[in-house]
Amino acid sequence: MSLFQKTATELSGMLKSKQISAAELINDVFARIDAVEDKVQAYITQTRALALSQAEKVDERRQKGEDMPMLSGIPLAVKDNIGVKGIPLTCASKMLQSYIPPFSATVIDVLADNGTIITGKTNLNEFAMGSSGETSYFKMTRNPQNLDHVPGGSSGGSAAAIAAGEAVISLGTDTGGSARLPASYCGVVGLRPTYGAVSRYGAVAFASSLDQICPMGRSVADVSALFSEICGPDKMDATTANRGYLDFTASLDGEINGMIIGIPAEYFSDAIDADVAKLVMDAVRVLEREGAVIKQISLPSTGYALPAYFIISAAEASSNLARFDGVRFGHRANEYVNVDELIEKSRGEGFGDEIKRRLMLGTHFLSAGYYDKYYKRAALMRRRIQAEFEAVYQDCDCIVSPTAATTAAKLDENMDDPAKRYSADSCTVAVSLAGLPAISVPCGTALDGLPVGLQIIGKRFSEEQVLKMAYRFETATGGPKSLSVINQ
Amino acid sequence: MDIYNSKYDIVIGLEVHAELCTKTKGFCDCKNEFGGEVNTNCCPGCIGLPGTLPTLNEEVVNFALKAGHALNCEVNLYSKYDRKNYFYPDLAKGYQTTQFDVPICHNGYVDLLEESGETKRIRVARVHIEEDTAKLIHEESFDGTLIDFNRSGVPLIEIVSEPDLRSGRDAKLYLETLRLILVAIGVSDGKMQEGSIRCDVNVSVMPKGCEVFGTRVEMKNVNTFTGAVRAIEYEAERQIALLESGGKIFQETRRWDDAEGKNFLMRSKEDANDYRYFPEPDLLTLSLSKAHVDALKESLPELPNARILRLMKDYGLKFFDAQLLMENLEKCAFFEECAALDKCKPQNLSNWILGDISRLLNAENLTLSDTKLTSKSLCEMVGMIESGAISSAAGKTIIEIILYEEKSPGDIVKEKGLSQISDLSALESIAKAVVEANAGPVEQYNSGKTNVLGFLVGQCMKQSKGQGNPAVLKEILLKLIKK
Repeated sequence: MSLFQKTATELSGMLKSKQISAAELINDVFARIDAVEDKVQAYITQTRALALSQAEKVDERRQKGEDMPMLSGIPLAVKDNIGVKGIPLTCASKMLQSYIPPFSATVIDVLADNGTIITGKTNLNEFAMGSSGETSYFKMTRNPQNLDHVPGGSSGGSAAAIAAGEAVISLGTDTGGSARLPASYCGVVGLRPTYGAVSRYGAVAFASSLDQICPMGRSVADVSALFSEICGPDKMDATTANRGYLDFTASLDGEINGMIIGIPAEYFSDAIDADVAKLVMDAVRVLEREGAVIKQISLPSTGYALPAYFIISAAEASSNLARFDGVRFGHRANEYVNVDELIEKSRGEGFGDEIKRRLMLGTHFLSAGYYDKYYKRAALMRRRIQAEFEAVYQDCDCIVSPTAATTAAKLDENMDDPAKRYSADSCTVAVSLAGLPAISVPCGTALDGLPVGLQIIGKRFSEEQVLKMAYRFETATGGPKSLSVINQ
Repeated sequence: MDIYNSKYDIVIGLEVHAELCTKTKGFCDCKNEFGGEVNTNCCPGCIGLPGTLPTLNEEVVNFALKAGHALNCEVNLYSKYDRKNYFYPDLAKGYQTTQFDVPICHNGYVDLLEESGETKRIRVARVHIEEDTAKLIHEESFDGTLIDFNRSGVPLIEIVSEPDLRSGRDAKLYLETLRLILVAIGVSDGKMQEGSIRCDVNVSVMPKGCEVFGTRVEMKNVNTFTGAVRAIEYEAERQIALLESGGKIFQETRRWDDAEGKNFLMRSKEDANDYRYFPEPDLLTLSLSKAHVDALKESLPELPNARILRLMKDYGLKFFDAQLLMENLEKCAFFEECAALDKCKPQNLSNWILGDISRLLNAENLTLSDTKLTSKSLCEMVGMIESGAISSAAGKTIIEIILYEEKSPGDIVKEKGLSQISDLSALESIAKAVVEANAGPVEQYNSGKTNVLGFLVGQCMKQSKGQGNPAVLKEILLKLIKK
């Protein structure tokens, strides 16, 4: 087995025992990138030289006998809406094509200090808006499981990179489902942490009240390790919470005996592919065999989550993306007669259609006379959805559902139908609105040969339970899935 | 047109923006400082780089609470931040962080103190926290606009009055009172020339006796208190003239041009910005403990109106002198320190502090703390004048020395021979000589032009090289002339 195929947990042990060096590992991963990146197109920017020099530093530190953290030397791909100082930060947009951030995101600082090696910046839906992975200004990332299919989005590049062995672990972001959905489509693990568990500082905001940076990997243990490093309070992000330092890898192997799993009827409706529903219910049986107690529950407002999510996220985006005006950085129109035209043309030229659609709708939702009708009602619905979760959590420890209603669509399949594209998030957005943690873990392959994801949703700040449950499922079904075979 | 004696009442409301003199900016750790080298006091957040987030500055909240208390407001223990969205090159993020529907303080008032001791109460609708924008700079040498982000994110409080003001004078008094309060409680440096306090003015007119306000017009760019008076009076006159000629007032925003003394239409109601306020998701709800809020109230110093009245009552100062002393907390404190020594008359102390000392300090752009002046030395000098040991003229010489040197006035008097001649025979001979040499003025005096006496006293002082006691000289002269 080549190095690039192994999990971070395995590689970490090999690095620690000096079986391999970080330089060897990074070279192996870049060899893999050279072999498959043409087909997968996961990266917008590769940081090969930097990665190699970082790896050499890690090796030096280890040679000197320094006790290195678990992820030191492990190749990490970073979604290109998370800033790394000195490396282009494009958000897959023409608007930021030439933008280089002068500071790193807090999570990047933490990981870099710990010696994690950044392989590059991965492709995404422009400004992280979308669930297919298809609206990047630069390229179309393909699903490594089947190159004719989308990787899912918006963290499509981060999911595809690890599914294809082009990195060992990755960082995505999740606003309405942007980490869980591509994890499900590409057959990898993606955790959306509780809102406030991980600092957002340095990640380009899409919808501030929903955005979270997410650890992704090919095993639950890898995701736990990455999450353990990036979670915690940050004085640069006022919405982070101080829950004390937790090592989530230590508690993975705990019992789930007697834990109550809620199965919400609304997440198993006719809108879910029968094939997908069956695999998810099979997974529930597995958990039941492992000792969990299954309980039927109802989350009646689930159907309103998608419109409420769309309104709130578009409204916040219309404000968050106002700073891209061509005045200080980013794309600036060549010709303009005054400052109004400078701003209008720069934005008109710099943003893609999907961005414009959401910004115009978001602006409308906040406008005088429409605020009460849209934004305010969506905010009220959000509170109701939160309350419904709180109520069911009185009687259960976690909730299980499909991550997505279907497997990954074919490329270009839904491009002319925005509403249908938006509905891909129907199983993930309620969790985002409620600020809850949720993981997507592979639970089998559908008849079309594509992976299906099991979503395990926890109470606020109960990542330990969520990860333990996911780990138990993974272990009971043969351990982490092997890498996808890339053909064609 | 005499707008105050027309058929109309003028109704004015003010929105005052005061920059808070906190150490750091409102939502980041950058220094909050006026006049730094352009674009040096700014971080990625100040220029709105993607990925930046606001952090809360506790000092800003405390300053806003102090202001709220000083303006007799109720405090909202839960308030929140909102975003006000609009595009402008001085607004880095494309939105201003402010407080929209739940301000930190509301429902207060300011009492305007008149010389008579009567007060007029102006209600304060709200006080809220927000941030300043960057500064646009236009230079002849550059064909375009430059932006200085040092001011971007500087914390402000906006103080919104109810429409309780009825004249330009009211407005000026209100602004002066606000300024005194904000400076006294230490939340603003009050420096008008640095734009620390700015205001938007709302003006409407209505027929006298009417209870329904007319359509209001908002005026921007009013940067001085006297400018506010002129702007208000100009706008009231414009509205009255318009109504009298059968016209109609439209709700609009006008820009005041202080140099021209006119205002110009900026935008009509139809073109008004829709600011699309919504709760700022990057900051948590601002939750305050009652104990903390109460403690800040307790920490407030004596407020200006109370202090002015006390200065008048305790020291017998004139209203305007008390007000002037309040304008400068350092001088006011120095005055009280001197007065407490009880060595001379407080009014004389006040005259010296507000007169010669202020003049000398202003000329050198100094404050009292830059000088060597002590309460002891000033009192000693004023005491010597009061006792007749030296003249006021000698005092002027002494003050210029004791401001910069640690010398006692007594020693200076000896050194320079400044003691006053009160010896009658010596003064009589001087007076006689002056009367003889000035037959003309003496005649004028006797024919009723009594004010020439001052001239004659002056001549005597000159002869005595400033050492004659003017009061004694006056007596002698009167006796000599009336013969």
